[in-house]
This record gives sequence, structure tokens and C-alpha cells, in this order.
Amino acid sequence: MIQMNMIQAINDAMNVALASDPSVVIFGQDVGFFGGVFRATDGLQQRYGTHRVFDAPISEGGIVGVAVGLGAYGKRPIVEIQFADYIYPATDQLISEAARMRYRTAGEWWSPITVRSPYGGGIYGGQTHSQSPEGIFTHVAGLKTVIPSNPYDAKGLLIAAIEDDDPVLFFEPKRLYNGPFAGYHERPVQSWSDHPDSLVPEGHYTVPLGKAKIARPGGDVTILAYGTMVHVALAAAEETGIDAEVLDLRTLMPLDLDAIVQSVEKTGHCVVIHEATKTCGFGAELAALVQEHCFHSLEAPVERVTGWDTPYPHAFEWEYFPGPARLSAALRRVLQD
Amino acid sequence: MLKNSPGFHVPEPLARPGCEADFSHIALDAAGAVECPPIDVDPESIRNLPYRLIRVLDDQQRQTGPWSPDLDTDALKAGLRAMMVTRAYDARMVRVQRQGKTSFYMKCTGEEAVAVAAAMALEQGDMCFPTYRQQGLLVARKWPLVEMMNQVYSNSHDLLKGRQMPVFYSSRKAGFFSISGNLGTQYSQAVGWAMGAATDRDRCIAAAWIGEGATAEGDFHYALTFASVYQAPVILNIVNNQWAISSFSGIAGGERTTFAARGLAYGVPALRVDGNDYLAVYAVTAWAAARARAGHGPTVIELFTYRAEGHSTSDDPSKYRAAMTCGWPLGDPIDRLKCCMIGQGIWSEEAHAALQKEVDEQVRVAGKLSESYGTLKEGGRLPASTMFDDVYKDMPAHLVHQRAMMLGN
Repeated sequence: MIQMNMIQAINDAMNVALASDPSVVIFGQDVGFFGGVFRATDGLQQRYGTHRVFDAPISEGGIVGVAVGLGAYGKRPIVEIQFADYIYPATDQLISEAARMRYRTAGEWWSPITVRSPYGGGIYGGQTHSQSPEGIFTHVAGLKTVIPSNPYDAKGLLIAAIEDDDPVLFFEPKRLYNGPFAGYHERPVQSWSDHPDSLVPEGHYTVPLGKAKIARPGGDVTILAYGTMVHVALAAAEETGIDAEVLDLRTLMPLDLDAIVQSVEKTGHCVVIHEATKTCGFGAELAALVQEHCFHSLEAPVERVTGWDTPYPHAFEWEYFPGPARLSAALRRVLQD
Repeated sequence: MLKNSPGFHVPEPLARPGCEADFSHIALDAAGAVECPPIDVDPESIRNLPYRLIRVLDDQQRQTGPWSPDLDTDALKAGLRAMMVTRAYDARMVRVQRQGKTSFYMKCTGEEAVAVAAAMALEQGDMCFPTYRQQGLLVARKWPLVEMMNQVYSNSHDLLKGRQMPVFYSSRKAGFFSISGNLGTQYSQAVGWAMGAATDRDRCIAAAWIGEGATAEGDFHYALTFASVYQAPVILNIVNNQWAISSFSGIAGGERTTFAARGLAYGVPALRVDGNDYLAVYAVTAWAAARARAGHGPTVIELFTYRAEGHSTSDDPSKYRAAMTCGWPLGDPIDRLKCCMIGQGIWSEEAHAALQKEVDEQVRVAGKLSESYGTLKEGGRLPASTMFDDVYKDMPAHLVHQRAMMLGN
């Protein structure tokens, strides 16, 4: 086991993939010589050459379109969209092409591509470097969506995503790259070094897509979270003293519905938290599923704690960000009767 | 090409319904007049070619000039036959659509040479990324007509399992990539495929087709950028058939420059060819393929042609464009190749009539067989539960659940 931060774990996952599968290629803006603006591909072009790791033009639609073509040829492309906020020009290639290639060709072709993208707020990125667009993609049949919350999962999930023959969106909470973050921006920055999930096995391992993890066992209320919000949820449970079970979903599609149902049937209460905007966010799907499958176990309505339905405001980031205070209030509300 | 009046300008074609079609603005190079450079030419030195029109067959349908390909009798007969099969196939499929046996159809009448000559000039392993009017690629590559018809009918033998609209074919075996209704997406995919081939030092190349209307899509420009940057072995064909449903080519920017000339800004060599001249289309495709195979990178080809019929079975061209009594000035590709072969003494009216009969029979037999497997609304079709297959490689739990619900369980 090696102690790593998220960036190192993600870099190591791609290193493992490049070494073990000659069909893996990586491209995107600034990912080659420079190693990416967040350093996720640092050293990979030097190690594997420019034919396998190379810079791409500033053309997200082109990057994903070319990845679909490379996938059809027999390559296993990993592309980086520099910020999730920039992914929209590629949505036609993701939604109309990659997602449907297996279906529309009845299995003759498919798109074994992984789209990595730094995502979420907490870095004063304003409305074009902070968004959480997962709900756009979880709505699309044929795509998988993965969001890790720690270095161990990031490496194992990324290797699983790369090896998966379906197109996978791999959103990396950028505020977690260098340390866990529970929403206390005014406190000293934490490092991953004293976090147990920063111990990462060497070489190849996978964390399977579609399996949630109980990040904190509890009996009174289930918190459904992913990415940065897992750390917010753990902090809220700690501070309130509420016996909350925190479920780290890890992948939104496929979703580990069994784990959700099992937990909510036990606790009888559920709060969903995500950083994305509320209306038609993934939390709406989670709340609906809990209602469909656990209605008779529920003792209170499901609450959603989310980003507000506004663009991500630069100066008011911390009023926007759904931190422990808002989650704690929601936990108290669902438990009062 | 056209004069501007001051201010906001909305391009209009020279003629609309009620007038005779006006092709007076079309400037034609004489057959044989355009030079044929070596494949390793410095692209800088051929920047005039996108403004010329490469033609091999002259007005008497004699082949002439430096682009004239050296094709033997069998090769010419194969090309002629594939174009005739394509036209006969189109005629039958429109008829069955009118009979209600399928929902939709698109002919390529007048544009048969665009796809057939290209397929003949490419190698079997080269991957085609077509748009919806290149059924001639499948015919030329001898993909069974009955498989094409099964797709159009979405019947029990449809290899695409009834998931795609008619004519949205896909055949890995025939090197024919899945067609998308979102226009232009295949262009950057073709470049990606070609980049894969280049990194593997594969002999195969990619070829893509796009309509002149869809060159306005972002994917056209993504594809040219990536093709130029990475010098991908790809042929980027622009089929300029003058019409995008009801919008003439001026609405796509065709008044100001040629579509081939768009390649120049990307540093990609570009040719403009008479798309109704089988021999010219063959020659430019072979030239671009040889360039790509030799590692000299991409080529843009504008195929200057005319959509002789409606966009699809869903529109009536008499509502938006002028009728044409004299025909397209560059003629009909099948008639022209036939005349050329007769002129060479290797073909005759009798042989042609006999071949036409044979081709019609081939299409009729395939049609009967396909209809025995079902049509869209009658006869055999796959179980509806197959709609849940292939969304993902392995069916996730929520789809297993939804399939059970659809089946009433």
C-alpha cells in the first residue's frame, strides 16, 4: 500500500491501464507534455510516448467524437475534459453517439471510452469551473456515471471504468484532489495523508461499478451521498451526534439500489445530498426510488439538500455550497416527530 | 457568385416552383482540363483545385485527361451494375413505403456514382462512415440486398433488431459504420478511426461522407481540425447535391465559395469533382486513398452533384424548388457510364437491357424473400422484450425490472 492523494491515485490508475493494455490511449487538452492542468496525467506521455498520450485541440466535441471513432477501431480511449463545465459541446457525441452505439448496431460496435472530468465547486471557480452536471448524463440510457470520494476508490473505480466496455463518465470532485473536504473552507486545508482511504494498493485492482459503500454505519437516518458530499455527510453526523448511516453511492449508473433499500428500511429516514442544482437533479431520482421501494418503512418525507437552483456564484460560493450546517438542519428536521 | 444588396442578406436560389430550374451560374471546366498532381504533391501548390471541377467524361462520354482511370471491362461492368442495382433497389423501396410496408425511405437517385465509384476505388478493409444517402456503398461491397431490406422493414431478420429507422444501416462486415440521424457526427468519428489505424500502422484508411448542408455543423470543423493536426489517413467527402431538404446550398454558405475550399483553411488538400461522372469519382477517390495509405494525410473531396428527387418520402420537392425539364447539366451517372462503355465497344443497348432485366429480377427476388420475414406492420418481428438488450453490455438491474414490467410480470 502506498499513501496517495486523489490526483496520484488517478494518475496511477491510468499508468496501470496503459501498462496492461496496449489499446489504451489518453488524450485531451494539456494532458501530454504538461501532464494536465491538475497534473492527473503527469509523466504518462514521457513514459508511454506521444502515440499513446497526446494533447488535443480545444474541441470537446471533437475529442469525444474522435474517441468514439478510436473505440470503433479497437482502441480503449481515456479522454480528459478539462472541467466538467466544458463538456456541453461534447454532449451530442456522448448522448447521441457513444451512449447508443451498442444499441443502434445491435452489438456490432460499442464505445469503450472513459471521459474523465474534474467537477464540482469549492475552489472559487465561479459558474464555469464549478458545475456538477451528472444529472444530465444519468438521464441518458447507455451511459455510466462514476463519482469517487477518496483515493482508494478513485484508483479502483477508474481502472474498472477504463476496463468497462460501455462509455463511462468519471467525474472527479476537484476539491478532493489534495485532501478530504467537509465544507469548512475557513479551516486549515486537510491532507489525505492521515486518512485511511489514502492507502492505495500498488498495481491493478478494481472497485466494481454499481456497488455502494457504507462510509459510516448508523441506525437512525440514511444519508445518500457521493463525491465531496460524503465528507460533508460524515462531518454532519459527527457534529450532530445523530446516528446516521452514510452511504457513499460511488456510481450513480448503475446504481446500487439494494444497498439504498437495505439502509432506508433499517433507519426509516432518508436525506439525499448533492452539490448539483436541485430541480431534476439526481437527488430527485434517489428520492423517487426511496419512495417507490421503501414507502412503508419511511417515518418522514425524504429531504434533499443540494446546491440552489442558480448558477454557481463566485463570491457567494459558501452560501451556495451545501455544507454540514444545512445537512445537519435537514437531519434534525427528518428526525423530529 | 451572386450580387449582394446592401444590408441583411438571406440567400435565395435562382429559381423556385413555377419557374424552370436555372443552372446558368454553374461554371464547368472542360473534361480533362484539370491537372492531376502526384500524391506526394506539396499541398501549397494545389490550392487552386477546390475551385476547379475534375471531369473525365466529356460531353460525348469519352474518357479523357490526366485523371482518366485505367479500368478494365470487368471493373466498369461491376460499377455500372452496382449503380443499376442501387437505383432499382431505391425504386422498389419507395414503392413498398407508399404501400405502407415501412415508415420511411430515402433514395439516392442521380447520386449513385458518389457512393458506388468510391466503394470500388477503396479497399475492402477501408472503413466507411456514411450519411444516409450512400446505400451504394453497401451494394458495391455486395452486402446482401435482403439484409438491407430487412433493416428497412424492421422485420424478424433485421440485424439491427428493429431499433433504427429505415436506411440507417450498419454493417461491420461490409465496413459500413452505423448511420446517425444527428448529422455530421460520423465525420469526427471517421477521423478517430483513421487515427487508430495510423497509430497501429494499419494499411486501412477511413472515408466519411457528409452533405453540403451539414458542413455547417461543428463536427465538420472538429473533423477537419483533428484530421489536419494528426494527419489522419482519411478521405473527407462532401456530397454537394445542392439541397438540404428545402434549403439550397446557399443557406449552407455555398454562395461565397466552394465547399471543397473549406479544406484550404485547415491545410487539407481538397478536390472538387463532377459527382455524376463515375470515372472522375473513382479517380479522385483512388488518388486520395493512395495519399492516405502512403502517409500523406487527409484529403477533402467535394462531389458536385444533384439530388434528383425529394430529400425523403416525407417531403414534396415541387413545393420548394423549380421543376427541371432539361435535367441536371452534368447528366445521369448511369447513362453516362453506359454511353462511355458503348463508345469503347465493350457494351451495347442489348446488353444493357438484359442487365437491367437481371438487376430488376435480383431486387424483386430479394424483396419477396425479405417480405417473407415480415414488414414493419405485418408478419414476423422480434420479441418486443429485445428492446432492453444492448443498452449496456450487461443488463443492469433497473432494466431487468423494467423488462419484467413490460412483459406484465
